[in-house]
Amino acid sequence: MSAADSAADTLRFHVNGEPLEVTPRPGQVLRTVLRETEHFEVKKGCDAGDCGACTVLLDGTPIHSCIYPAHRLDGASVTTVAGLGTPEQAHPVQKAFAEAGAFQCGFCTAGMVVTASTFGPDDLDDLPRLLKGNLCRCTGYRSIHDAICGVVNTEVAPEGDAAGRSVVAPAAMRVVTGREPYTLDLATTALAHLAVLGSPHAHARIVSIDTDAAAAMPGVIAVFDFRDSPTTLFSTGRHEHRTDDPDDTLVFDQVLRFRGQRVAAVVAESVADAERALDKIVVEYEQLPAVFDPLVAREPGAPLLHGDKGPETRIAAPERNTVAEFHGETGDVAAAIESADAVVSGVWQTQRVSHVALETHATRGWLDAEGGLVLRTSSQVPFLVRDELCHIFGLRPERVRVFTARVGGGFGGKQELLTEDLVALAVLATGRAVQYEFSRRDEFTVAPTRHPMRVAVTLAAASDGTLTAMSVDQLMDTGAYGNHGIGVMFHSIHESVSVYRCANKRVDAQSVYTNNLPSGAFRGYGLGQVIFAIESAMDELARTLGMDPFELRRRNVIVPGDRMVVTNPDEESDLGMESYGLDQCLDLAEQALARGNGAQAPAGWAVGTGMAVAMIATLPPRGHFATGTVTVLDDLTIEARVGTSEFGNGTTTVHAQLVATALGVTVDRVRIVQSDTDAVAYDTGAFGSAGVVVAGKALYAAALALRAQVDVSGLLPGLTATATHDGTPRSVAFNVHAFRVAVDTATGAVQILQSIQTADAGTVLNPEQLRGQLEGGTAQAIGTALYEEMMLDGEGRVLTNALRNYHIPQFADVPVTEVYFATTSDPLGPLGAKSMSEAPYNPVAPALANAIRDAIGVRPLELPMSRDRLWRMLQA
Amino acid sequence: MDLIGVREVRVAHTRDDLVFAPGELPLGGGTWLFSEEQPELTGLVDLTTLGWEPLTVTDAGLSVAALSIAGTCTLAELSRLPAREEWVAHPLVWQCVNSLLGSFKVWNVATVAGNICMALPAGPMTSFAAAMDATALVWSPDGSERVIPVAALVEGVQRTALAHGEVVRSIDVPASALASRTGFRRIALSPLGRTGTLVIGRADPSGEVVFTVTGGTTRPRVLRFDEVPSAAALADAVDSIDDWYDDAHGKPDWRRAMSLKFAEEIRGELA
Repeated sequence: MSAADSAADTLRFHVNGEPLEVTPRPGQVLRTVLRETEHFEVKKGCDAGDCGACTVLLDGTPIHSCIYPAHRLDGASVTTVAGLGTPEQAHPVQKAFAEAGAFQCGFCTAGMVVTASTFGPDDLDDLPRLLKGNLCRCTGYRSIHDAICGVVNTEVAPEGDAAGRSVVAPAAMRVVTGREPYTLDLATTALAHLAVLGSPHAHARIVSIDTDAAAAMPGVIAVFDFRDSPTTLFSTGRHEHRTDDPDDTLVFDQVLRFRGQRVAAVVAESVADAERALDKIVVEYEQLPAVFDPLVAREPGAPLLHGDKGPETRIAAPERNTVAEFHGETGDVAAAIESADAVVSGVWQTQRVSHVALETHATRGWLDAEGGLVLRTSSQVPFLVRDELCHIFGLRPERVRVFTARVGGGFGGKQELLTEDLVALAVLATGRAVQYEFSRRDEFTVAPTRHPMRVAVTLAAASDGTLTAMSVDQLMDTGAYGNHGIGVMFHSIHESVSVYRCANKRVDAQSVYTNNLPSGAFRGYGLGQVIFAIESAMDELARTLGMDPFELRRRNVIVPGDRMVVTNPDEESDLGMESYGLDQCLDLAEQALARGNGAQAPAGWAVGTGMAVAMIATLPPRGHFATGTVTVLDDLTIEARVGTSEFGNGTTTVHAQLVATALGVTVDRVRIVQSDTDAVAYDTGAFGSAGVVVAGKALYAAALALRAQVDVSGLLPGLTATATHDGTPRSVAFNVHAFRVAVDTATGAVQILQSIQTADAGTVLNPEQLRGQLEGGTAQAIGTALYEEMMLDGEGRVLTNALRNYHIPQFADVPVTEVYFATTSDPLGPLGAKSMSEAPYNPVAPALANAIRDAIGVRPLELPMSRDRLWRMLQA
Repeated sequence: MDLIGVREVRVAHTRDDLVFAPGELPLGGGTWLFSEEQPELTGLVDLTTLGWEPLTVTDAGLSVAALSIAGTCTLAELSRLPAREEWVAHPLVWQCVNSLLGSFKVWNVATVAGNICMALPAGPMTSFAAAMDATALVWSPDGSERVIPVAALVEGVQRTALAHGEVVRSIDVPASALASRTGFRRIALSPLGRTGTLVIGRADPSGEVVFTVTGGTTRPRVLRFDEVPSAAALADAVDSIDDWYDDAHGKPDWRRAMSLKFAEEIRGELA
């Protein structure tokens, strides 16, 4: 067409005051122009205008740069977060975000700060509206609100007195000014990009595949498919022991078990070249029968997903699509129910939930000067990734380096090997530097999700409230692959059940394959789903007995001296009750609820209160290993080497505090070198909330050993000490959540009037950070409880594949949660601390469900308790 | 996101520049087009360089002025529309702009006609224009023009009455609508979420009373009455709607019930 001018070829505009000359590609957006010119401070969270991480000022006006056409830039002036200020000369909003502790992973912070920089004093009452285009998955927004209002939540700790204080995160000024690099925030020359062709079918076998036309496309370097795949079976789920997960996955498989599963990958000079070549791959599929309902999948005659696999793959019963199962009983449940004064039962259903870490999964890989493989990846478990890549590709560990920069959120979703194996394959085959970055759509359609569970519970009690029988029957949809499908099942029925003393318990659980996308590890690791059911049933039991729900818990929860029993009272375990604060948690929550907060329900709305308890082991079972090394450098600063990734867990801050405390220095003298297989001997990884109680403990021990040397010789360069920890024995931590809610029975709308969480976290090493973990866990759980739902069409297609159709909590959705800590000290953790990252999530949904039940007289059995669902319940 | 299929972007300066090959589309703000993969799209013609005055108050000499909104007027510009004493319906502007799922930062770029032509049920500019009996002035590729009510322009989910190459020059809001008393109700599955249903009631100075349901339905549904209807007549009319939308933002039966409830509440306000 000749009409109209083609958009100017070369655009001249300014970014942060510096002139830039760029020739954008047709259809390119401002975000990628900025990142291609090394403005890595501009983040990609969704690439669709929903999350706000890419926000910049265009001639002073805030916009989402990911949906702004680049051809309009000529003559414009763009300001990014890096242009607002520097760590040395920060913008007032940047300083406020640092001092308020208003980030965890910090991936949303760049856009959050740029957006907030446009607010004036009059805007403070309008923040819910003004911040609806800035999503934070970590904080729960209270600290962000504080930052915008100028509230300071952090402090500067004196020498040797950092532990127990709200020390600011070491990276704070870099994060708030956009200087902290995340996974893909570095320039690599001659970088190639990888794109994946996903299966169009839920279950199919590749009959033939022709990649010649794709390979001949412009810019294409290589095309890979099942013919190029190593034949070693593995699991994307990663644990200390690789045998914890089933060997059911290949890098490329000839059999496709869910829509979107890798069929082939193209490596090309650009993302666009790679994606365009995907269309040229010709595949002939033989479609196979598929099954999508775990109730059907476990029945005889159902299509089998892994029926070809033997016992060496550690699938419990491939002939029943069952990757794991548990059946156990102690006492006589049937007899106890028969003779009980009160019996309640129900079936609860939880939904499929996406982690929505703001930074998507991504890996960049290259060969080092000696030809060794180097992967920079967005992972919670760099060491486990390295070890499994060595297993899959037959590499020696010393020839593979896996490391992370700061990671933009995890929540369990990055305890998986999702991008690293393809990049490894591509780098090894082509010798090129290669990047594979998930889109937000990929996160929704192929990344593992929380396991949906159907949980049947029956409880029986004597009239005095003594629990006499507990029966739990759990069925979970692990999807097409069994990553975490074993561990989540066993964990789901452990602390949820063993928190109660009860002579008669029956537990059945099954983890079942379907042709849905895989489920995986997610904050709480299965406990949240089963606790939702059991704590709802406990609430129903309290109603039936006419007993206060706090009182019913007090009468039945384990206390010091009790064994923690699922169904085997004689089970030997390294899990013990080394400290106990559940009694305090119950008291604190009950008192706060009784005190109220003055919030009034809208006229005519029904009001109710509810509570729930949760117990969690402080660590995953069967060993979790960490090494810490602390060294005095030439400038007399202290270097602490530790394997833990920082992804918003805040462990880096706590590690610096522990080292500074042990050595009697200020935290700014401590430099953490972390999450790099070349920098540290070993670390199992940051999951199961292990960052403080394992890695922190090792590092603290190393620092104490160094201190002993320093006490003898003085602070001398070169002094060094190393310590390890093996993650056993383990203790337990507790949380109680309570809500007062108002429900509009005409619409189904829920308004949270008061939200309270109490935690037994042992010694609180950083009160502001710990408060942030509780608030963030609560916010994520409120998302699960009220809003979030991955919708599938019943044939394995994900219908909600963008953030605009999958509602994670916004600023407007999250109430301020009152946070109270029990006063306990655990002999196992560093300075008496216990882990507290996953735990806060677990009691929230049942507490909210119980409050809604109290308000409206009908019990929600399904998550999310969305407005339309509650409204329907009220019509019945 | 980058649209990898786009091979050319042209900027339009005059109407003669509005020529579209197959696979090419007019580009408003771009906030939706660049928010999803567009596998069929090969080219774009940017309308925002045409220099159209965003907001034009017409018939200013009459007792009530009408309003012409350029197709390329941004939601931010519309949200700042100055009030006029006779424009009783003016609050509806803010209520509708504020119904966009996208943030105020999206308002800075998204255009009124772009929102309408996208034809998503939750498009709040469709809600506003349909409720206000606004018409679209459409420029056809052959140089002709046609006028079509916005309520008829949006035919279904992401389906409009526009032919390929047609461009919405303006959305014209009649004076009488601007002088109407209005009532507004909206609900989503979360406090500021994407619209589940949106009901606007409008009492025209002529006496006519118009209820418009959007968001909950696959296309705008306009219910007209000579006067404020009875509760039963209104409920019957709302109940005659048979295209309640089903997606992640609300179940159809809930959308129907909320629409019935809101219509009745607004009826009370307008009576």
